[in-house]
Amino acid sequence: MSNTSIIEKTAVELSKSLISKELSATEIAQAYLDQIDRVDHQVHAFLHRDDEDFISQAKASDARRAEGKTLGPLDGIPVGIKDVISVKGQPLTAASKILKDYISPYDATVITKLKEAGAVIGGRLNLDEFAMGSSTENSAYGPTRNPWDFDRVPGGSSGGSSAAVAAREAPLTLGSDTGGSIRQPASLCGVVGVKPTYGMVSRYGLAAFASSLDQIGPLSQTVEDAALLLEIISGHDPLDSTSYPIKVPNYTSALETSLEPCTLGLPKEFFGDGMDDEVRKAIEQTIEFYKGLGHKIVEVSLPTTDLAVPVYYVIATAEASSNLARYDGIRYTSRSAASTNAIDVYAKSRGEGFGEEVKRRCILGTYGLSSGYYDAYYLKAQKTRTLIREDFSRVFKKVDVILTPTSPTPAFKFGEKSNDPISMYLSDIYNISTNLAGLPALSVPCGFTKGGLPIGMQLIGQAFEESSLLSIAHAYDREHRYGCKAPSI
Amino acid sequence: MKFEAVIGLEVHVQLDTNSKMFTRVPCGFGHPPNSLTDAVILGLPGALPVMNREAIEKSIKVGLLLDCKIASTCKWDRKNYFYPDMPKNYQITQFDQPICEGGEVEIELPGDSPAVMGKHRMVKLTRIHLEEDVGKLTHFENDSLVDYNRAGSPLLEIVSEPDLYSPEEAFSFLTSLRNSLIYAGISSCDMEKGQLRCDANVSIRPVGTETLGTKVELKNLNTISGVKNGVEYEIKRQIKAIEEKEEIVQETRRWNPDQRYTIPMRSKEMAHDYRYFPEPDLMPVKIDQEWIDQIAKEIPEKPFEKQRRYMEEMNLPYSITSALCPDFQLCQYFEQVTALTQDPRKAGNWVVNDLLRELSHSNEESTPTPIEDSPLTPEHLAALIQLIEKGTVSNNVAKELFPEMFSSGKSALELVKEKGLEAQSDQGEIESICAQAIESDPDAAQKFKGGKEGAINALKGFVMKATRGQANPQVVDETLRQLLAQ
Repeated sequence: MSNTSIIEKTAVELSKSLISKELSATEIAQAYLDQIDRVDHQVHAFLHRDDEDFISQAKASDARRAEGKTLGPLDGIPVGIKDVISVKGQPLTAASKILKDYISPYDATVITKLKEAGAVIGGRLNLDEFAMGSSTENSAYGPTRNPWDFDRVPGGSSGGSSAAVAAREAPLTLGSDTGGSIRQPASLCGVVGVKPTYGMVSRYGLAAFASSLDQIGPLSQTVEDAALLLEIISGHDPLDSTSYPIKVPNYTSALETSLEPCTLGLPKEFFGDGMDDEVRKAIEQTIEFYKGLGHKIVEVSLPTTDLAVPVYYVIATAEASSNLARYDGIRYTSRSAASTNAIDVYAKSRGEGFGEEVKRRCILGTYGLSSGYYDAYYLKAQKTRTLIREDFSRVFKKVDVILTPTSPTPAFKFGEKSNDPISMYLSDIYNISTNLAGLPALSVPCGFTKGGLPIGMQLIGQAFEESSLLSIAHAYDREHRYGCKAPSI
Repeated sequence: MKFEAVIGLEVHVQLDTNSKMFTRVPCGFGHPPNSLTDAVILGLPGALPVMNREAIEKSIKVGLLLDCKIASTCKWDRKNYFYPDMPKNYQITQFDQPICEGGEVEIELPGDSPAVMGKHRMVKLTRIHLEEDVGKLTHFENDSLVDYNRAGSPLLEIVSEPDLYSPEEAFSFLTSLRNSLIYAGISSCDMEKGQLRCDANVSIRPVGTETLGTKVELKNLNTISGVKNGVEYEIKRQIKAIEEKEEIVQETRRWNPDQRYTIPMRSKEMAHDYRYFPEPDLMPVKIDQEWIDQIAKEIPEKPFEKQRRYMEEMNLPYSITSALCPDFQLCQYFEQVTALTQDPRKAGNWVVNDLLRELSHSNEESTPTPIEDSPLTPEHLAALIQLIEKGTVSNNVAKELFPEMFSSGKSALELVKEKGLEAQSDQGEIESICAQAIESDPDAAQKFKGGKEGAINALKGFVMKATRGQANPQVVDETLRQLLAQ
């Protein structure tokens, strides 16, 4: 089989080829390595590769299969990892200079689960430094380019994870989503991205940005693939106190059961100004599609929508200012050569090691927690967060899922927003409130602009209702499979 | 003008738990530096804290022991500051919702003499909260070394109200608190290992006034007597300052135990905005009544309650109880001996006078051998007391045997046989010596038979002399009376 026909396959198709012995895991791994060799000098999705380790994992998978000891549908399937999730023995830079020499001594729980499922753990994928950004322009190691247009950003922060799937450098990747960081880049790169319910996937081993918002989730060509990967990485973890003790449903089989008619809500606040006309048109078409399947569409209201961005930037930065305090130049982070005393070690190591956006957020967060400002900022933001949650609860009494665009615009050009933090922050405006409410949400490709840029729709579900969320998304994706269309690179 | 001191104490207690507060690494002292660490302790990227149930239960237990109000949820906060003693640069602690609030510690003030009970008083507590301990820094001229073995150990901070009024009260408070914590198995409270640490807030005011003076925080009070001495010095310093019309500055001062003075710490070490906020990596834990009731079953009798019981129910003198009650294990030993002999008074005397002496002599170190390691078992001590009671051995013999019983771990009977001392209690032998006595002093025998009771003493004296004081007086008395009645 040609490399092209291997890497065009979805994870589910690859899995079938492995079962039928049409392909070996080693052949699959090699095909992806060849593709990375071919395109990544332009895409720059990868910050680090360990080809030897990659191939040896694939060989081990083939050996298991030969002995009839296969570990499941993911055995032998490559999974790329955002460079913010610990893999034992591999670097973890978080796309920051401050962690340039750090090697993880342990596996994140999601990695342990992937290894137990036989997945072939791939390279380290680019991101905005410490997952702070919406374009990967904040990576200390250079941005990732959008495979659909190299002059445009892939979105972020999981830009490497979304571009790698779009450029067929990996069939599946893991990203992390704190305020849209899986869904927005998935949308901009034309792939599927899922942010699970807060507590559904263990955060153990994920370098924290904002602890109360971060979730790890899958990116893939199809909803079906995302369901397969999500099922493996979900579940209660005794090492993460915020992970929820719930039995993981069988998502893949849930996709096969026929969908009962349901109600989709359109929040009117999301459909106001600032939405690109082509995005609006694509969303209108998806609405028509769902109507055609017999589902009910209703307008709903989330009055606190415009508070989400300010609330998010108070809470997320406050948590980040504390979470990132450990990168101090003392033990495992790079120490400034210019430091001459203890205070210097902190100030200069962090000053030299962190990029502009990370510094901006650490300063913002420190300010919001400072005595005299805490009540006006952090406390008020937390109270408002409760109102945002209540808004969603109210709406979910009437609807099964909420449908919105994932991003107000398709992929934007490099430099277009990088000098204007506020306009960059607004590119996640449709995503942020779901993190604040802890709800599951996903982005599914729903068409292209005339210029050939992907457009994504977002579906937001009720807490721990990933099953129905995926089923409703699958109903659309099965018929359209926009994520299976590859850019010509 | 006469001044009085107002003192509040902040006591840090390391809980005896198998593992650290938020990870599985064991707690310990004296291990190679940085060996008791993992990703969580070292604050590696992605590491997350998980609560230690045992630590929360022990904290609730302390709350019950000290009559505190137990919080309905156990909530966590982050205290942010940059210092290498904590690799995360924040400490997980409890800020606005401590696990226990209020409560009190009973203290005893020194009496007029060691044999006289002093006055008792309840000292109010403000709060008790749980947190993770920090690492240990050692500073050299150009470098500092960090050992994270202690970092992350469960640490309880017990804060008293400014409700102590003299160095002696501070000393009594700490002693009493320590005894209670050891009783309940909360902590070994070994100050040399840093398991119990204490800071003091000290201020003075003119006697008769209510307003609190400017407080000074004292650090590095690493022993119970260090607390007493440091506070004593600080009170004198403040009184002198006021008398010399100087102003007391609100500051943190470090006690120098070798040169016995306090000096201000650099302001950098104390001026902080800790930016407390709720720890987002941990969910609050609900503490329901059922859980509290379960833990309440394990609350032991408090030291002072035990002392009162010993004095009232067992009729023991204060001097005996004050030697027994600070040591829970010693009390256990004493109660076992009492249960076997039904004689608390004798048990108490033997334990306090003889056993404590042997324990303190038996160890070359400055500290006595702990009672748990005593070679002399409670059973052997009880048996000894019973042998005296029965007259098998005399009190003198028993006192002579005791050190050897202690060092060898042998029973009294074993030693009596080994040394051939049993003859002295042999009825036949005593009878023949009694007969000799009557024979050699017929005058005394006649007088006794004639109704002069006191005359028997001369005969007894003969027997005791012949047996070098080792015959059982009661047996001698009975035997003489029998022979004289014939």
